[in-house]
Amino acid sequence: MKQLVILSGKGGTGKTTITAALAHLASQELSIVLADADVDAANLELVLDPEKQEEHSFTGGQLAVIDAAKCVACGTCAEVCRFNAVIPGDEAYRVDPLACEGCASCFYQCPEGAICMNEQQAGLWFRSDTRFGPLFHAHLFAGQENSGKLVTLVKQQARLRGLDTGAALVVVDGPPGIGCPVISASAGMDVALHVVEPTVSGVHDLERIMGTTDHFGVPSLVAINKADLNPARSDEIATFCAERGVEIVGRIPYDTVVTEAMVQGQPVTAYTNGPVSEALENVWDDIRERVLS
Amino acid sequence: MIVTVASGKGGTGKTTIAVSLALSLTADVAALTSSRADVAALTSSRADAAALTSSKADAAALTLSRAERGLANPANPLFLDCDVEEPNAALFLNPTIQERRKVGQMIPEVDLEKCIYCGRCAEVCQYNALAVAGEKVLVFPELCHGCGSCTLNCPTDAIHEVLHVSGTIERGFNGPVEFAQGTMNVGEPMAVPIIRQLKQWVIPPDHGSRPVILDAPPGTACPVVESMRGADFVLMVTEPTPFGLHDLRLAVEVARDELGLPVGVVVNRDGVGDQGVEDYCDAEGIPIMARIPLDRRIAETYSEGIPLVEALPEYRERFIELWQRIVRSNRSGSDGRRGQS
Repeated sequence: MKQLVILSGKGGTGKTTITAALAHLASQELSIVLADADVDAANLELVLDPEKQEEHSFTGGQLAVIDAAKCVACGTCAEVCRFNAVIPGDEAYRVDPLACEGCASCFYQCPEGAICMNEQQAGLWFRSDTRFGPLFHAHLFAGQENSGKLVTLVKQQARLRGLDTGAALVVVDGPPGIGCPVISASAGMDVALHVVEPTVSGVHDLERIMGTTDHFGVPSLVAINKADLNPARSDEIATFCAERGVEIVGRIPYDTVVTEAMVQGQPVTAYTNGPVSEALENVWDDIRERVLS
Repeated sequence: MIVTVASGKGGTGKTTIAVSLALSLTADVAALTSSRADVAALTSSRADAAALTSSKADAAALTLSRAERGLANPANPLFLDCDVEEPNAALFLNPTIQERRKVGQMIPEVDLEKCIYCGRCAEVCQYNALAVAGEKVLVFPELCHGCGSCTLNCPTDAIHEVLHVSGTIERGFNGPVEFAQGTMNVGEPMAVPIIRQLKQWVIPPDHGSRPVILDAPPGTACPVVESMRGADFVLMVTEPTPFGLHDLRLAVEVARDELGLPVGVVVNRDGVGDQGVEDYCDAEGIPIMARIPLDRRIAETYSEGIPLVEALPEYRERFIELWQRIVRSNRSGSDGRRGQS
């Protein structure tokens, strides 16, 4: 079984659109498992029409809670807190739950034993059925930490399901950026497909995301989305990739049909046979050849 | 007045809007500044007749040289790129960077002369950033949040803290716009400390009505919260598509419901997609403060790193209006909130 993650440093370059198309195309030939690793803004479900089979709660980090009855307002907790999460009060101090990083420093230092550390339900994760295969996805509650931990969980579940059912491929829709959720999404993957747009930002961000996957030893492939928007920048990306020995597996044209398909809740390849779908079929052919043979 | 430009979904146009807003306000404020400088020039250089005639050019030069000397004009916009994982605003603003600092978090360093390998540090660490095995203490800098709990709990005072550099913060100018950005090093996981230190470094506590514009990262997790914390207003940039709407809802949950901040929406690529965003804003009573139409020209100028208001100056007026709307709605909003409490 192989694992493929779809990434892009910059957000909104078309990761989910391409993931959904690849899921559609791959599932016609192989048994696949899907995972949406963009847990703070999960969108894959919007085009896969999933039927929820299981729902589980996700416990993130801990949160300090001050017992107002025991608190003597000595201020020790505020002194040791490095995240400005303690709000002083005349009679009792309070903790700002969004600022608290759960380090427990105040818990250990409080002379009155007035602080306890509570486990936090930070989100939910789901197993769903889709017409292309099982989907593991999650919802991190607003403003929560530990998205990396939830990404790892969703990915692990997808991988275990794949191993249990003898699937050939796990397809992971990754989060934007280069930080902790991206590192979690990339860990252990056989290949990363970077989706990039031919813009100054796209080129800049590709360099950083590729630096990140290189750092963690995950080989790269690149697809240029909206390639005809700026052919010169597309060529610049191609040169940059050639210098690094990274293969371009597709140039997908700019077409508002992509948005139409999204509005209809369909992968674009299932919605139309136009140039965008043709380009995506080529991307899938290339990936199958590179990753699965 | 601190305004965070956010979105939930990536690629909806946060940087385009934030940069254009800053540049539009600049032109506006620069006009004000130069007329004030004109007056100053008139009164202070009576002896110099030449200065009188060319006072406008002088005033411009004055504004520029102030900027070049690194003196922030307290009326000019301050721009912070808080998307430290993928900072892009500099590609559009081309600032001259004048000061740079390495930042990160304090991580423990163990003095093995004093350490008795009791394992207390590893026990109190909530992030598994320390491990004690036999006569060895391992520190994992990427996992450390820099909370200092290990230092406080060590019974033999064997731990002191050193800076683990995870990124850079920089400040400078593009003409009258004061610019600052953070850049996280590749391979580092934690953006929040960099954003936090960037804000502490450049946002003056007495910013008053000065426009302070923060370009936030995408998503709704902790780096976004850190970019919104302390803002007076959160401007959500979205596109009228199912993905845009889905992520807008989540971002509103963070800004309005969790942080209690006033929010408004900019609909970008207006004309594409469906009615979902309109209906949602209507139902939630969230004001749509500006619309930028779907226009391939905008996408093309973006791809070249040209700010929208420079390529298409006719948009400048809209951004000045947008700012005025934000200021007005914030004023009435904060009055309302005061009324409630």
